[in-house]
Parts: sequence; C-alpha cells; structure tokens
Amino acid sequence: MNTVLSRANSLFAFSLSVMAALTFGCFITTAFKDRSVPVRLHVSRIMLKNVEDFTGPRERSDLGFITFDITADLENIFDWNVKQLFLYLSAEYSTKNNALNQVVLWDKIVLRGDNPKLLLKDMKTKYFFFDDGNGLKGNRNVTLTLSWNVVPNAGILPLVTGSGLGRDSWESDY
Amino acid sequence: MRDFESKPPNHDGPKFLTHRNSTRRARGGSAGSRPGSGSADASGSRPVRARPVRQPFRPPVTSRPLRCPFPPLDGLAMLSLDFLDDVRRMNKRQLYYQVLNFGMIVSSALMIWKGLMVITGSESPIVVVLSGSMEPAFHRGDLLFLTNRVEDPIRVGEIVVFRIEGREIPIVHRVLKIHEKQNGHIKFLTKGDNNAVDDRGLYKQGQHWLEKKDVVGRARGFVPYIGIVTILMNDYPKFKYAVLFLLGLFVLVHRE
Repeated sequence: MNTVLSRANSLFAFSLSVMAALTFGCFITTAFKDRSVPVRLHVSRIMLKNVEDFTGPRERSDLGFITFDITADLENIFDWNVKQLFLYLSAEYSTKNNALNQVVLWDKIVLRGDNPKLLLKDMKTKYFFFDDGNGLKGNRNVTLTLSWNVVPNAGILPLVTGSGLGRDSWESDY
Repeated sequence: MRDFESKPPNHDGPKFLTHRNSTRRARGGSAGSRPGSGSADASGSRPVRARPVRQPFRPPVTSRPLRCPFPPLDGLAMLSLDFLDDVRRMNKRQLYYQVLNFGMIVSSALMIWKGLMVITGSESPIVVVLSGSMEPAFHRGDLLFLTNRVEDPIRVGEIVVFRIEGREIPIVHRVLKIHEKQNGHIKFLTKGDNNAVDDRGLYKQGQHWLEKKDVVGRARGFVPYIGIVTILMNDYPKFKYAVLFLLGLFVLVHRE
C-alpha cells in the first residue's frame, strides 16, 4: 500500500464490491413483494367503425373507440427500489380468426415522485384499437385491464395486473 | 553465512560462476539492488559481509536507462520494471502454472456463460441497452437479463428483445398488440416507450408483425449502468485492445 496505484486499485476494488452488495441488497429486499393494487375501471362510451387499417396491413378491419375512466391509488407500490411504473390499459378478447387478442389502448409513465393517485376521467385511447380482421362487431366479451410494469432501480421487472376489471361489449352493428 | 535476506528462492546456484553472475559483478553490484549478487563470491574472493537491504524502486544504473519524460509516469515505469523482475525470476514451472491458471479462469467464465444460456433458453441471456428508445426506464448502458422459455407466452406489455431479419443489432421494445391463433402461432407489434409511433417503420419492408422466431428473449431483470464499459469498448476499439492487453499482462505476470 505504498504507491498511488496500489492504493487506487484497492479503493476501486472496494467501492466496486460495496456497490455490488448494495445492488444485490436492493434486489433481494424487494424481489418477493406483491405489487398488486385494486383498480376501478369504467367505460363511458364505445363506438365501432370498419375502415381500412392505415397503421398496418391495408385491409378493412374493425376500429373501436372507447372512452374510459380510471381510479387507482398506486401509493403502496412505490418503495426504495421502484424507479417508475409503466401503466397500460389493455383490451383482451377473442375472435373467430384468433383465439386470443390483446391490444394496448393507452399507457402512461408514472415516475417516482409523481402523484401516485390516479383519477382520470373521460380519457380517450392513445392507440388505435384495430382488430386483425372484423372480429369486434358483435363481440360480447371484451375485457379491459389496467396493468403495470414495475421498473426497479435494480432487480426483477415484474408485470402486475390490477385487481378489478372492466368489461364491455359491442352491439352487432357499426 | 551468506546473506539470505531477500534472496529469491530459485537464484542461480551460488557455487557456480555463471555468465549472469559475472556480468553482475562486472556492473559493480548495481548499487545494491540485486541482493543475490552478493552471493556471487563464487571465487571466494570477496569477504562475506552484511549487504544493505535491497532498496526498492531504484533502477539499476547502467542496464536500463529508462527515463520517463513525464514525471508522473515515473512511478508507472518503476512498477513495470518490478513486473519484469518478477517475470525474470519465475522459472518454467511457475510460468506454466500461471498459464494454466489463466486457462482455468477463461474456461470457467465460458462455462458460466453457456450455463446461463441453457437455463434461460435465450441465445444471449445478458444484453446491454444501446439506444435511448426506452427511456426513462432504460438508458444507454443498462444491463438486461433475458429469458426465452417456450412455456411463457408473449403477452402485451412485456419488454422483448428482438432481432429484425437482416439486421444483427437486437432491439429492446415493449409489446403493444398480440394476435394469437388457436394453434399457438402469435404475431405481435412492438413500440419503444420513448418513441411516438410503433415499430412498423423499423421492420423489414412489407413486414407488419413480428413472430416468435424473431425474439431473442424477454427482459426479466435489470441492473443499471454496468454496460457502459461495453459501449465504451465498442465505440473506442483502441480502449478495448488496451484493456485486454493490460489484463493479460497482469494475469500472466502476477505471481498470485
């Protein structure tokens, strides 16, 4: 320990091991937490059209419009290891063509420090709700769920679904 | 008795006047930096007396006139001289041992990597985020742990790392839409969090959906900042060669 270089070397090695231990500590203390919170979803208006899908393959597909409300309190999810929450509202349904379809209609990033209480009313969807084909017409069972992806400072990236769903159905014509 | 203070174990047999000894004597004992040379009274002509303890960091006067033009690097120059001394004093067996040690380290690292590949089922279980398209979740230089197990179906909202046909750089984005048929065939669409539009502009010409075969893995764990070293090494290849060279030098030359 009598040269600058060997001192720097051992200092560097020590700080590296301390940081690694801290990171592991962050990960292990929050790895098994349950990050689910009750959520209330309400759909106020829905509409259906059949147009050419301009976002993708140019075929005539069903396009849905939904206006919704969300009420959720996400405060309990945030702890020392959560950097942000990526919330997304997804619609899940099945059609004749495809056994399972899931479409994200709206998403939002909630950073640490932002207001964790969500009280959104009359939100329009961010992304176009195109179906792959014409399966929305007359579809009785479309489930809306709010889920979130917990992005930690270091550790596991879990996908959690809010408990509480919204369900809606479309009438049989446009 | 002969001086035994800091004589290295495998020095030339003290009884024989070898070429090395004779040259050392000719150099006048090199200001006391070679203690073994004290034992070079092979001819018995010099009386045995206590030699001063070897002083470190004083280079021999005549042999290597290493004058570093920049004073701060003098320490480094002297250190490198130390290492060369170490190398000189190692005999063949120790050299082989060092090489074998190095080989062991390399092969255990390789085993761990391949083991990880098997456990996660992904061909590249650890990736570094290269672009800023997933900010603020992932920045450039973050490390992601991937799994690619067949039993886990791809669902909306998951972060997938995929490769577009014809391009070799994998992309880390989030799944926006999936359409799965009865037989399990899935087609899906992705979008980066920080991008305004979905990824159809990035796909191949005429390709509208991604399929399971394009997926390298799904992100399950995340460690920040560690991958910056990889990005540096990619952007500045000279840095990479310098690091590899120094590492190899240290491992081979150090006794431990």
